[in-house]
Amino acid sequence: MEATAAEQKYNFDVVRWFTVATVIYFVVGTLLGVYIAAELAWPYLNFDSPYISFGRLRPLHTNAVIFAFGGCVLMGTAFYSVQRTCGVRIWSDKLAWFTFWGWNLIIVLAVITLPLGFTQAKEYAELEWPIDILIAIVWLSFAFNFIMTLANRKSTHIYVSNWFYLGMMVMITYLHVVNSLAIPVELFKSYSLFSSVQDAMIQWWWGHNAVGFYLTAGFLGIMYYFVPKQADRPIFSYRLSVLHFWSLMFGYVWLGSHHLQYTALPDWAGSLGAAISLAMIVPSWGGAVNGMMTLSGAWDKLRTDYVLRFLIMSLAFYAMSTFEGPVMSLKVVNALSHYTDWTIGHVHSGALGWVGLIGAGAVYHLLTRLWNADIYSVKLVNLHFWLATIGIAIYTIAMWISGIMQGLMWRDYDEFGALTYTFAESVAAMHPYYVLRATGGFIYSVGGLIMLYNVVMTIRQASSEPRASVAAAQA
Amino acid sequence: MADKIYSTKFQDKMERNIWALLLMLMFILSIGGIVEIVPLYYLDNTMEHNARPEIIWQAKDGQTLDDWKPGDGIRPYTALELAGRDIYVREGCYLCHSQMIRPFRDEKERYGHYSLASESIYDHPHQWGSKRTGPDLARVGGKYSNEWHIQHFIAPRSVVPESVMPNYPWFQQRTLDGEGIVARMKAMQTLGVPYGGKDIDAAAAKVDGKTEMDAMVAYMQVLGTMARLDHGVVYRE
Repeated sequence: MEATAAEQKYNFDVVRWFTVATVIYFVVGTLLGVYIAAELAWPYLNFDSPYISFGRLRPLHTNAVIFAFGGCVLMGTAFYSVQRTCGVRIWSDKLAWFTFWGWNLIIVLAVITLPLGFTQAKEYAELEWPIDILIAIVWLSFAFNFIMTLANRKSTHIYVSNWFYLGMMVMITYLHVVNSLAIPVELFKSYSLFSSVQDAMIQWWWGHNAVGFYLTAGFLGIMYYFVPKQADRPIFSYRLSVLHFWSLMFGYVWLGSHHLQYTALPDWAGSLGAAISLAMIVPSWGGAVNGMMTLSGAWDKLRTDYVLRFLIMSLAFYAMSTFEGPVMSLKVVNALSHYTDWTIGHVHSGALGWVGLIGAGAVYHLLTRLWNADIYSVKLVNLHFWLATIGIAIYTIAMWISGIMQGLMWRDYDEFGALTYTFAESVAAMHPYYVLRATGGFIYSVGGLIMLYNVVMTIRQASSEPRASVAAAQA
Repeated sequence: MADKIYSTKFQDKMERNIWALLLMLMFILSIGGIVEIVPLYYLDNTMEHNARPEIIWQAKDGQTLDDWKPGDGIRPYTALELAGRDIYVREGCYLCHSQMIRPFRDEKERYGHYSLASESIYDHPHQWGSKRTGPDLARVGGKYSNEWHIQHFIAPRSVVPESVMPNYPWFQQRTLDGEGIVARMKAMQTLGVPYGGKDIDAAAAKVDGKTEMDAMVAYMQVLGTMARLDHGVVYRE
């Protein structure tokens, strides 16, 4: 009964499409990462082809995981949770579909233009100006629909997950518009409006907040809805949520400058970034504790509920990354870690651990709710969980070792006061770790493939033999 | 029930009124960016040439880019160099090579004088990079011969066996477009890059018949050679 009533009341169709797209992009995006990781280990894999050379595929990998996977899971979960928490249907079905198809068109355009070498050369904002305009339009359509749904809500208060989604929408609009300002020269060629240190600062203001708002605030929206739902308990502390929210919104914006320590960026800006980065440990850990302690008194659920495992493990990685990040922003650590693989390791413990796992947890949760079915194989969910966890461990440990080793080799002096190693020697020393990293990434991707299989089988099962309760209700 | 959980009047207001929440977010999210970015445009010590104008080359009346000599100061890229820079951007070189030397002893010995903000004043966008899978290139100009660069682009491992760089054989097969580079220089001009009329008039002829390899080599060889920086001078605090 309940299921059919909800089906009529809410727009679940668009959420279903986003969910399936999420899983597909998860597999594609991570496999692309595995391939470029392998290119660094075995450079002949570039095959002398412009279209698959590392420099062109790497932006495709980052865009695929951030905007294709990340975007679809954010939009899908936002549309789902805003309807459930407000008790109303999405404000406009048409606009929601426009967001879905528009976003996927952007992804298709990225797949075409990036291998062709059309790029703005700004990290995580490589897409050229016509696509940037499209992104702005589709993003605003998503935000507008979300805000109007909130305005129409039946509940008196706006639930916490929606605050985080909203913060992401506002900030990403600011960042995307300013960072992408450019003078078009050709259809797919433009020059940034800014240059030198101002361009670098604006780029990393965007760069860090693509992480801070898109991949953190947005995914915290997922956390605040899906962890309590899956655990079937209210969030641990309302006050902690309020503190977490406002301090994160205020503070994260400042962190970009820590990407430019010891560069030609003035000292005051870098130090300011580092100071606020350090302070951000408090809200970040507050948020992680808030999520984890939601299980307080019901920890036994972790033994039986594999979906919950994804959500809680993701919070462990969130806590770890948000501790590692501020440490790396300190000048004394940054002097060693900057320009090395340590940064890549840090990004991936956040991306694979936090973003990937909570995304997967949300997908599994949605699967049971949207298709009114039991998951095809709970054992495969567990297998995915362990493959993902082991894959991340291998990946990050390999990058810690190679990153710190690189940093130490570059600055090492021999007994005569000469540089001990040539740069080429440091490259050669990375090889075993690049192989390990590709292996860890591959294991993680296999987990994604298993999820895809599980999702397909669950949907097939649901359409051929609906759960008894559903069948009875429809009869 | 729901009415009793709020902690402050402010928070309650935010949670009840979507428009108040939206406006508050728009305000609070703008602060950090404004504080960190806007001063970079008006604080004089941000760009080193405010204190030391000799870093930037000033073309005198009638002078073109051809009158510039290495060490004269930072100047706009020539047509060929700009074509090379566009290829550098296209191939995503910045993903593995930085162009930003930090003020450390080992970097000075490996790459040269630390980089200045004024050195990338004509770089739209900047190419400082964030990762050194390969070495820094901010001052690679003049370190290797043109022949070395050509061989290295075609087959990096034939000159550096440890390298993991892709081969770029297509640089030699593709030729440049003279009209295209004129449009690009004019766009740069709109952005404030001081190209003279003569520089732009001569641009098409300078790249016609040249290959992408010629352009890439020209770009590599000019990197870091424009301004002559003195190790005894403190350019930034």
